[in-house]
Amino acid sequence: MENSPMRQQIASMRQSLFDEEILDNHYLQLEQLEDRDNPNFAEEVMTLYCRDSTKIIASLHQILVGANKIRNEVNLMREYVKEENIEKTKSAFQELQIQHDILRAKIEPYFQLLRQVGPIETAQRPK
Amino acid sequence: MEDEVLKSGVASGRVQKMTALIVDDNRVNQTIHHRLLQNLGIENQVVGNGKEAIDVHCSGKNFDLILMDLDMPVMNGIEATRKLRAMGIQSTIAGVSSRSLTDNIQEFIEAGLDDFQEKPLTIAKLVSILRKVQNHNN
Repeated sequence: MENSPMRQQIASMRQSLFDEEILDNHYLQLEQLEDRDNPNFAEEVMTLYCRDSTKIIASLHQILVGANKIRNEVNLMREYVKEENIEKTKSAFQELQIQHDILRAKIEPYFQLLRQVGPIETAQRPK
Repeated sequence: MEDEVLKSGVASGRVQKMTALIVDDNRVNQTIHHRLLQNLGIENQVVGNGKEAIDVHCSGKNFDLILMDLDMPVMNGIEATRKLRAMGIQSTIAGVSSRSLTDNIQEFIEAGLDDFQEKPLTIAKLVSILRKVQNHNN
């Protein structure tokens, strides 16, 4: 039963996922957390991850809210990914996180104040 | 091997059963950290942000260990840690974040952390945190 053709195919597929570096050692940890009560834990976590990450990746395409510096950093990241420049991609990602923090730190107090006084003037594009 | 020693200790009653609170907005991390702790025999609860962590404590619950994520909506890990310490919560609080130590998490540590580990949490990192909890409790 253990060496059935199906089992061998599964083992081979699993190995190629590691050989092609699609998965790494952290996935092994997920498999180690499986037991009789949680036999499909690794699959459950992967499914959750793929669902959530699909939404995040989709949202990166939707930079329509006017977050200028974040859009610039995302575009830079895309360029560096295309160039396969890992170091620059990491650095752009760190800058993206910083710009994201700055956006939230500045826009939230602005909206709080706006809620208190109500919108009197519409935003004017700087000349 | 250390996790097996810890598990058998908890099972035999030699190691006092610990409790933990997982504070993280990411469902994947919640699932993995919950399972990691469960596997080590540690009763644990999950909340989705810093405010929920505060609310759980206000309801009278207390935990030996709090795994606190940094970046969360509503209330982040820094603010939640500060508030918990201001409330007199003396649990071991371990900051867990995908940001590295070089990424200015000094503010997070100064908010009142007992430990900081970079994600992803591994069994080895978790055992290291739990050792601190045991020392703290003893």
